[in-house]
This record gives sequence, structure tokens and C-alpha cells, in this order.
Amino acid sequence: MTSPGNQFIAVALPLSLLALALAGTPAAGAKAPALADAAGNYRIASSSNIQFSVGQVGGSGGIAGSFTKFSGIFRIDGDDIGRSSVEFTLFPESVRSTERRIEDFLRSSAVFDAANHKTVTFRSTGVSQTGPDTATIEGILTARGKSRKERFDVRLTDWSRRSISFTIRGSIRRSPYGMTVGTPIYSNVVEFDMNIRGQKR
Amino acid sequence: MLRNSDNGFGTVTIALHWTIAVLILGLILAGFFMRRIEIDPALQFSLYQWHKSFGFTVLGLAAFRILWRLVETSPAASPTLGPMEHMAARATHLSLIALALLVPLSGWAIVSVSTLAIPSFYFNLIIIPHLPLPKSGTSEAFWALAHAMLAYVTLGLVAVHAAAAFYHHLVRRDLVLIRMLRPGSMPRTGGTVDASGKDDTVVERKRT
Repeated sequence: MTSPGNQFIAVALPLSLLALALAGTPAAGAKAPALADAAGNYRIASSSNIQFSVGQVGGSGGIAGSFTKFSGIFRIDGDDIGRSSVEFTLFPESVRSTERRIEDFLRSSAVFDAANHKTVTFRSTGVSQTGPDTATIEGILTARGKSRKERFDVRLTDWSRRSISFTIRGSIRRSPYGMTVGTPIYSNVVEFDMNIRGQKR
Repeated sequence: MLRNSDNGFGTVTIALHWTIAVLILGLILAGFFMRRIEIDPALQFSLYQWHKSFGFTVLGLAAFRILWRLVETSPAASPTLGPMEHMAARATHLSLIALALLVPLSGWAIVSVSTLAIPSFYFNLIIIPHLPLPKSGTSEAFWALAHAMLAYVTLGLVAVHAAAAFYHHLVRRDLVLIRMLRPGSMPRTGGTVDASGKDDTVVERKRT
């Protein structure tokens, strides 16, 4: 239910992809696992890791942080990867950064407005395979009461009978969500870098 | 009439005086709202950045003001001033010029030592680098206190300076205030209203 991490996650890969990816992945374990095992429903484990960074003018530095409280589920459709889905909820109150002042600022009405908007959510609308172990997930991201279509890139990193792991990256423009504060000193683009582990339900 | 003469201030000095004056008062007001009042955090962030940009502007203008004072003639003090008044005025003026430099410098130090490491993006145009000072919460607290104290001292001296100017204008009825408003020469000794009717050529204004 809770754990370190950050944002929106969408994960679902075609089983055929899994097969290819796992063939060369020692971590996949013993002998070629039965692909059917990957299909199913997963809960996003609290050991997942959701990090973000915002660049600043001049290059070096910027804001970096993570979210420690989130939850989500995803389903990998064994027959049609495109029908896989993910729902993810993130609690901005749990934001962590390099110091308290930054965390308070991120929680404040200037950024997440955590007092009035307890959650940031992502619901996938489509998944498409882009390579043997990669996919993109499109979905609706809702933050501060505003919803927009966003896209994340997913790469399979590990898989076993009971769990599956992905790295998920996305570049999200924050201005459409009413988070324009700090531009142009700080970039309008928030880079998400997530390691998501799904525990089979 | 850009330059000072023995008898009066030129346009450059007058423009520097009033520009720095307006900026300093605006910066103190902004500083008060930024630090002492609960305001919207996004507005607060913006105010900080404007405060930094205008503060750097004052720093540049103050540096130029000091150079200008070094290379330019200073007009003679108003003959209506006694020796003590002259000394007090000179001390106040030198202090104000020094503070116009020191207050922004201390502000620059805050920005530079702050662990927040927020870049100074001068009017969103150019990055002004941080001073090469070690970053720490303790240093930031020290410079923040120094900046605030120096700013309050500045405000106090501005009040004294302005009160003196009004005193000269309203009670002494001399040209101390007028000569910082109108560039031009001014006879050292008393005279009469000139043909154009302007009264900035007399040391003591005509009583009405």
C-alpha cells in the first residue's frame, strides 16, 4: 500500500515480450518460466521507488525528490497486451526532498496543494509494445483537479513467478496542472524515474 | 548638465539618487512581505526572485554611485548648514552610499550560502553566479540576520535623511531639497529670483 516512490505507473507487457526479455535475463530465474504466469493482477509493492527531478537554469542542480506513499494495481493481459491496464495513486503529502523547506513548498498551494488535493492519480487508457522489453503506456494523469493525457515509457527489468519489475520514465510538463511556480528558473518539465515492482495478487 | 558643478548636482547624480531611493524603499517593502507576512507561497517565491533582481540592480547602481562620487566634483554644502550639520549630513550620506552597497552584498551572500541553492536569474535574462562561500544553514541564518539588520539601519537613515531634507525645505526654506530635484548650478551666496522666475538659483528660497 505504501512505499517509497513517486508517481504514476502504468505497466503491462505482452507476454510474448516477457518471454523474449526473460530469455536473456538471468534474474528471470531457472528455466524459461511459463509465460502464462506473468499474466495476472499485480499490486504495486511498497518497495517500489518513485523519484523525480526538475532541472534548473544553467544546467547543474535543480530539485530532486521522491514519494514514499503510493498505491496501485496493474493487470497484464496475457492475450492482448493492449488491454493491459494500470491504476496508480500517489500521495503528494509524502514527498521527500533534500530539505524540509523544499518539501513544505512542494506540498503547499504553490505546487501540489496537498491540503486540497490529497492524491495524484494515473489511469491507463492504452498500452503499446515498442520493443522486445519495452512499451509505452498512455493514460490520464490527474493532479490538482486537472486531468490530461500523459505517456510513460516502460522497460521490463525483472520477472519471477510472483513479481515483476519495470523502470518507468516520463517527462511531464507541470504548467497544465497549475504548477507553474519557479519557471523559468526551474524547468517546466518534471522527469520521473521509477522502479516499480508488482507483487502478484 | 549631466555632471555635478561646484554649486549643484548634475542629472546623473540626481537620477542615481532617486532611482536608488525608490528601489531601496521598494525592496524593503518587498522584503517585509516576503519574510514577515503569511502570503501565498507561489507569490512569495516570485517576490524573492524580483527582490533579487532589483537588489542586484541596486548593487550595480551603488557601485556606480561610489565611482561617480570618487571621480565627480561634490557640490559645496549648502551655506545654510553649520559645521555640525555639515558633518552629520556627510556622515549620513556616506553611510547611505555604503549601505546601498552592503545591503545587496549581504543579500547576495544569503543566496550564495543557502542550501536551497536557488539560482539568481537576473530578470530571467542572465544567471548571476553565487559568491564562492560555503553553503550551510548557519551561514544562511547569519547573513539573513545581517541583511535584515543592515536594511533596518538603512531604513532608519533614510528616515533621518528625508526628515532633514524636509526640515531644510519647510523650516529653513533653503535649497537643500530643491537641488536634489533640479539639476543646475546654484550661487554659493544669496541672490534674487532670476529673470525666468526659477528659484533654484538662490540659496534661500523667496518667502511667499
